[in-house]
Amino acid sequence: MDRAVVTHAHSDHACPGSRAYLTAQPGEALLRVRVGGEAPIQALEYGESVRLKGVHVSLHPAGHILGSAQVRIESGGEVWVVSGDYKLEPDPTCTAFEPVACHTFVTESTFGLPIYRWPPEADVFAEIHAWWAANQQAGKASVLFAYSLGKAQRVLAGLLAGMDTAAGPIYTHGAVENFCRLYREAGIALAPTTPAGAAPPATDWSRALILAPPSANGTHGLIGSRRFGPLSTGLVSGWMRIRGARRRRSLDRGFVLSDHADWPGIMSAIRASGASRVWVTHGYRAAVVEWLKQQGGEAQAIETRFEGELDETGAEPAEAEP
Amino acid sequence: MRAFAEMYAALDETTKTNEKVEALTRYFSQVPPADAAWAATFLIGRRPKRLLESRKLAQWAIEESSIPDWLFGECYHAVGDFAETIALLLPPAQSSSNLPLHYWIEERLLPLRDADDEAKRASLVSAWREMDERQRFAWNKIITGEFRVGVSQSLVVRAVAAVSGLDAAVVSHRLMGDWQPTAEFWTQLVAHQASEATRDADVSRPYPFFLAYPLEGAIEELGGIREWQVEWKWDGIRAQLIHRDWRTFVWSRGEELMTDRFPELEALGAQLPEGVVVDGEVLPWMNGEPLPFAQMQRRIGRKVLGPRILSEVPVVIVAYDLLELAGVDIRERPLEFRRARLEEIAPPNSALIVSPVVRADTWQELAVRRQEARARKVEGFMLKRLGSPYRVGRRRGDWWKWKIEPYSVDAVLIYAQPGHGRRASLFTDYTFGVWDGNELVPFAKAYSGLTDEEIRQVDAFVRGNTIEKFGPVRAVKPELVFELAFEGIQRSPRHRSGIAVRFPRMARWRTDKRAKDADTLETIRALLPPGRPGVID
Repeated sequence: MDRAVVTHAHSDHACPGSRAYLTAQPGEALLRVRVGGEAPIQALEYGESVRLKGVHVSLHPAGHILGSAQVRIESGGEVWVVSGDYKLEPDPTCTAFEPVACHTFVTESTFGLPIYRWPPEADVFAEIHAWWAANQQAGKASVLFAYSLGKAQRVLAGLLAGMDTAAGPIYTHGAVENFCRLYREAGIALAPTTPAGAAPPATDWSRALILAPPSANGTHGLIGSRRFGPLSTGLVSGWMRIRGARRRRSLDRGFVLSDHADWPGIMSAIRASGASRVWVTHGYRAAVVEWLKQQGGEAQAIETRFEGELDETGAEPAEAEP
Repeated sequence: MRAFAEMYAALDETTKTNEKVEALTRYFSQVPPADAAWAATFLIGRRPKRLLESRKLAQWAIEESSIPDWLFGECYHAVGDFAETIALLLPPAQSSSNLPLHYWIEERLLPLRDADDEAKRASLVSAWREMDERQRFAWNKIITGEFRVGVSQSLVVRAVAAVSGLDAAVVSHRLMGDWQPTAEFWTQLVAHQASEATRDADVSRPYPFFLAYPLEGAIEELGGIREWQVEWKWDGIRAQLIHRDWRTFVWSRGEELMTDRFPELEALGAQLPEGVVVDGEVLPWMNGEPLPFAQMQRRIGRKVLGPRILSEVPVVIVAYDLLELAGVDIRERPLEFRRARLEEIAPPNSALIVSPVVRADTWQELAVRRQEARARKVEGFMLKRLGSPYRVGRRRGDWWKWKIEPYSVDAVLIYAQPGHGRRASLFTDYTFGVWDGNELVPFAKAYSGLTDEEIRQVDAFVRGNTIEKFGPVRAVKPELVFELAFEGIQRSPRHRSGIAVRFPRMARWRTDKRAKDADTLETIRALLPPGRPGVID
């Protein structure tokens, strides 16, 4: 590509190989990690407009992760918005989703079934703290899996509130720590962390929470190394809404927290856009399209190069760990 | 109900046996006896007669959730669990009550037995509205009767033993047979002295069955053949025949009281001495040998047993062991003692046939005799250590089953559909075809035998190679070949291939074979027992 417009820096949405990149300013440093040091990145403020090949392009907050954006494209009075990945829930690590009026709205549908309905974030963090405390009581390390970019930092920001009462060290996997550094440099408050690799051999892990990417949940990864002693495992993901998804990963606990919109979220984003036509991609496209049509709307599914049908490998963003 | 729902969640969140037992123990020690009795009932897999049809439950959940039918179907396929799908779809609860489990069962569920649909609907919807999501889920599990949460009877026994301080074998025995989930039952279950009131239940109460593990390693590792009693392994319905207080009872291993299904065995009771319990296998039997098991299924399926079916498919009990004699539990006496008493009480020329002992002087000789198994319509051998007691549950050491090798066939994956529970939204349920000329005809379905990693690979293949969709079922490119193993084979007019197999499973993924290398219907037909074509035998 001559120029790639990047909605956010998850690896299924940002890859090297283009001659130039356009992205939202808060996500510039994250995108740099993905595309390497050389490629020119043009960073826009949210709402700032540029002309590309005769169309006006601007980026607007999507609330997915730091620097995530919806792309607004305007030409001859016709406005299209491509949502990228987004969520409507508040998230202290990124600017909140902003509805953008348009004629055509291209929405993701990762969790586009009505069974996906997110519980209040505060309840989820209370659950994580309670699990951590119970593990401490039982003398077990708490290993929490979360995607290294975005989800892990949201978890660390969310845990901050309970940190004064639930005293315990938080250790991180290297992949998580790299992105934490970039978030902190962007001025986002996260609970304090120590890289697990830097911990001395005699560390008592039984009071610790260890934050690692889901890919570390294997016999060959960090967790299989047995260095943490007895442990309990949990995964933070929207897929954890379903018991089967947790059970087949052999996890002890699932915490339902997603950076994607749930079913009510998708529907309310569509309404807020005021769009008369909706294109649906990434996820349960057919179900969302059929529902919208039955509600009297105009909708169609579009194919994407970047997904398995149901993302069954369990990746919420299908993230390759750097 | 809150405590029950939390216990269910705790069981569901761990795969570790000790943690499950702890969760059960915690629950049993904190709830009223009536709740404990109901919970134990569900956990060991008993349940009241089903009062609500799934179709209607789905319809009411759909109305309450304001979604169309097709969307409910989509959700169900993603979740893979009916009770859970409903719990996730219902609108968030306005309030959450904390009424005890026995209230919900006795006051809310059981009275629906005689209610009309409208009353059922109203009652159910109001129940949903009073429960939070966790409670709804547990409740739905109860009312749909799909109460599986990875808890075996033995875990419940361990928890009850922990709560009561009783020996596990005592608890196990008290949980057998015919009892009602009441506060009184629970109180007696955990009591240290059996009371008079339990006598009535005792009359029909069976003993826990002793079950064998498959033989591991080489047969010679069992030591000298003279230390073992060898019997054929019969393929019927494992059962206990009980004759006490001039009454006769037949219990299946699934703890179903089947006396009225087997009038022959009830009549047999009158020929037995007072106070005996016989362990054996109920088999359809004619001219000194078993009939195909399909005949038994035909008989079991009948509501009314007419004279015709009774004469076409008569049953016997092939007796393995004697557990009680003259009202005394003799399970701790050595095998030889029990066997001798069994032979003494067996009425001649009756529906009780003492399972014959197979004689062989060496293991090699026994291995040769094992080749007779298929012709004799048995599954192989049972090996029982002389001197051993009759134990409780599945144990290694004293009893082994030494089955004959299964049949095996190479077949092509042609259809796949998503599984349930932990396999939800993964394509794990497969249909396999074999060649009939240039066409692949569906031949067997199989769900088990692959590793998680293989399942993931097959799942990815299905997604990438779907050629047609029929609801949740995918027709896939015929490329993958699997070796299927199965235990029995019969003619069946109900299957397109004309063949039905017993216990099919995937033995191996034949990545070295291509679709054209799979077996043909003709070679499989050659495995059929002799018989007239087109006739069900």
